[in-house]
Amino acid sequence: MDFRVVILEIAVAILGIVLLATGLLLPGSKKRANGLITAAVLTGLLVYSFTDSGAADGEFLMGLYSADSMTLYFKQLFMIAAIFVTVMSLTSTARFKENGGEYFSLLVFALLGMMVMVSANDFLTLYVGLELMTISFVILTAFDRSSLKSAEAGTKYVLLSAMSSAVLLYGLSLFYGLSGSTEFEGFAACAQSGSAGPMFTVAVILLLSGLGFKISAVPFHMWAPDIYEGAPTPITAFLATGSKAASFAVLIRMLTLMLEDNYAVFAGILIVLAVLTMIVGNLIAIPQKNIKRMLAYSSIAHAGYILLGLVAFTDAGVSAMLFYIFIYIFANLGAFSSVIALSDSTGSDEIEAFRGMWKRSPLITAVLMISLLSMAGIPPAAGFIGKFYLFASIVNQGYVWLALLAIGMSVVSVYYYIMVIRVMLAPVPENAEKISVAPSHKLVMTTAAAVTLFLGIWAAPLTDWTNQVIAAFVR
Amino acid sequence: MMSLNEFPILLIIMLSPVIGSVAVWFAPNGKAVKYIAAFFASISLALSILAYVSYGKAAAGMQFIFEIPWIEATGVSLSLGVDGISMPMVLLTAIILFCGVFVSWNVEDRPKEFFFYMLFLTGGVFGVFTARDLFLLFFFLELAVIPKFILINSWGSKYREYASMKYTLYLLAGSAVALIGIIAIFLYAADPVKGLGYYTFDIGTLASVNYDPAFQKSAFFMLLIGFGVLVPIFPLHRWTPDGHSAAPTAISMLLAGVIMKLGGYALIRVGIGFFPEGAQFWAPLIAVLASVNAVYIAMVAMVQHDIKYVVANSSISHMGYVLIGIASLNTVSIDGAVGQMFAHGIMAALFFALVGNIYDKTHTRELSHFGGLAHQMPRVAAAFLIAGLASLGLPGLYNFVSEFAIFTGSIQVFPVPAVISIFAIVVTAIYVLRVVRQTFFGPRDPRWDELQDAKGVEMVPIVVLCATLFLFGVFPSLIMDMIDGGVAPLAEKFADLKIGGIF
Repeated sequence: MDFRVVILEIAVAILGIVLLATGLLLPGSKKRANGLITAAVLTGLLVYSFTDSGAADGEFLMGLYSADSMTLYFKQLFMIAAIFVTVMSLTSTARFKENGGEYFSLLVFALLGMMVMVSANDFLTLYVGLELMTISFVILTAFDRSSLKSAEAGTKYVLLSAMSSAVLLYGLSLFYGLSGSTEFEGFAACAQSGSAGPMFTVAVILLLSGLGFKISAVPFHMWAPDIYEGAPTPITAFLATGSKAASFAVLIRMLTLMLEDNYAVFAGILIVLAVLTMIVGNLIAIPQKNIKRMLAYSSIAHAGYILLGLVAFTDAGVSAMLFYIFIYIFANLGAFSSVIALSDSTGSDEIEAFRGMWKRSPLITAVLMISLLSMAGIPPAAGFIGKFYLFASIVNQGYVWLALLAIGMSVVSVYYYIMVIRVMLAPVPENAEKISVAPSHKLVMTTAAAVTLFLGIWAAPLTDWTNQVIAAFVR
Repeated sequence: MMSLNEFPILLIIMLSPVIGSVAVWFAPNGKAVKYIAAFFASISLALSILAYVSYGKAAAGMQFIFEIPWIEATGVSLSLGVDGISMPMVLLTAIILFCGVFVSWNVEDRPKEFFFYMLFLTGGVFGVFTARDLFLLFFFLELAVIPKFILINSWGSKYREYASMKYTLYLLAGSAVALIGIIAIFLYAADPVKGLGYYTFDIGTLASVNYDPAFQKSAFFMLLIGFGVLVPIFPLHRWTPDGHSAAPTAISMLLAGVIMKLGGYALIRVGIGFFPEGAQFWAPLIAVLASVNAVYIAMVAMVQHDIKYVVANSSISHMGYVLIGIASLNTVSIDGAVGQMFAHGIMAALFFALVGNIYDKTHTRELSHFGGLAHQMPRVAAAFLIAGLASLGLPGLYNFVSEFAIFTGSIQVFPVPAVISIFAIVVTAIYVLRVVRQTFFGPRDPRWDELQDAKGVEMVPIVVLCATLFLFGVFPSLIMDMIDGGVAPLAEKFADLKIGGIF
């Protein structure tokens, strides 16, 4: 057994346990230190993950667990998201009082769950990772005891995700019945055998429903707005970035195993999912008044765009998905950190609270503007290039109408994004005070915006990176 | 002296406003902002004039080429160059940017942000005109959208919120369709059987691919819709009157002077350059819509009460001439279309500068409020008359030359739409002279006795723009030879297709 395959997971698990202990030991006013430890250790691990090729190649526990270029790519993304979310949370810990210590520990366990999910090569391992992530998120969502909405969001999340887990498990049990094995190999074999009958189709649909819940694809999206709105904003950011990316990683892994031989059967389902998700997400985002709800619907819509890469199901398509997920994560981190910076100071998440922001805080204005433009797909922000790759990949497969629809929906999305920009640039209302942004937020916001701009202007590094990942993954 | 071909002159022309926008951001508040903006606009203008003068007309083709790989995996490169079509457009942009800075000299509301967005936007426009890479061209086209939204939305006059949103959604919807066309071209060219077999966005290489006729027709139609919104082509023109009228003066100048030309330019460069057969197929439609543009919108201009709406509608009407020139697909008509884009750009900018000048002082644009302004503002009145006469195609001004070329070229191909469009000149004369009479002529109105005539920095744009109209009007060969060199390779493509009279 090559322990280098799981070295990142081991380190993250140790970190989570240590944090649990230090969280108890640290006095109330010093809980922040836990956050700093988390950020520092994760940054170290992130840097390390780029230097050690062992984490990108090999199997562990007789194939229960596997690592390749793509799992490593996603693990790095999760770590980046976790680092950003940790730094974003530094100012919130004061509000959580005596529980502040556990917060970061749970965050790290959620991260561990994501990492296990992508590397799982077996249904049970996958399920353990998924539940580790979900249960950590349930607690984190309800973490803000002073807020009724947070408690409500936690309750909703636990009930709905239990339901989706049940659906997923049922699907997995059907696979087990078909192949007699919980390993992905058995699953792939029964997809290939040509005998992939109706039971197999039902099982894949159940799997898509379970994972569709996590990526908030329509019609499994209902939970997202309420929970995004109610959860503490850093957790919302982590749900929108890490949790969604992890579920996409699993989707990519499982579908690449079986889609090859069954494309004709499932392409239609994927197209319906993608189309519904894009249309519903974008249209319902328009009337939203709360920016977290608006970003929730926008993240639903983005799940639709990203699904297009699976519809194309080519190397270029999957590579475009990886590219887009990367950019999507940074745009959301930028947007949510701006929201946190504002609500730290004013206590409001309403879009109206951003009025006159150009004067009250040029930094928030600039970062939120860049992030929203990236989501809207307008240069020089990176979203433009990401959308270009995605749409090019489906046009290449002959889905011109689908590309037209996606770009059309993307134009619709510009409307609600620039409504926020318009509010920010409006004259300053009376009695609106200046907003001071905490240094930790400044760091997160400027980094996220800088990455978004940099990749928009010079996309070659990320393009090459995702292409290499896919080249090594497909083999 | 270093040879101009080694010096990245186009890159500097393009980056100068962008660097300027960053410099403005960090400048202290006050006058410094305007001096910095003027400085970087002057660099672009000086280098554009230098490039224009040293462009080798005899050699023609792409010159001042600059190329570095950008995203190698998809064949995108930062590749710049100008030919006889784009060089005048670059000069036009530089002139209008330069004048726009001086027109905005008195902007009091958030000058820093204003000049930031304005310079940034112009950087994008330079990018479109100098790009030799299709991806880059589209990238810059999109880059210019949001700064304009912000400029109209934050600094505009009445209905600015409505106008800015309408403008943005129209343009983005158009570019969405164009994007599909561009992706289709890119993938067709990358196809190993039908195309080249490798990824490239180089415009010259893509233009050399033999697209099959069915593809040409559908792709050209997408580009026509996509870029047609920018031109704007009837019935996609609805954003224009509101957008132009609500925008602050300098931005109206840029919108009418340059942004509309992006559409015409892209249609010539990509639409006609790539798809001769597609263009031939859709040419009758364009010609008919163009004549509607020219005549119907001119009539709409005739009944407006707001001077700025008159001028905005006249812009659409004049772009109708450009379209019919493009549709006729022969050397002379396309020469005229490119010339008209330049001429109209200068003229529209002059119009908007003057209307802005009057509005700043009188705070009204209602035609009925004016009368006898020539007594108080003789310089503005004279310049307005020059712009008006240019608009109705008076010989001696450059507009005459280009309109003459357009109609000479188009009348043999599309006699009916051409004759109808010529009728638009008569309508133009009516509305221009009506505005001139209502505003400037007549007895002295004591209400306006306090008004100051244009003076100082306000005269800079007026003088520069009028001088340009006269210079090229009296010596048209200064520009027409260059355009001709750029259009000739396009026209060769049509020689085989038996369309258009080749002289």
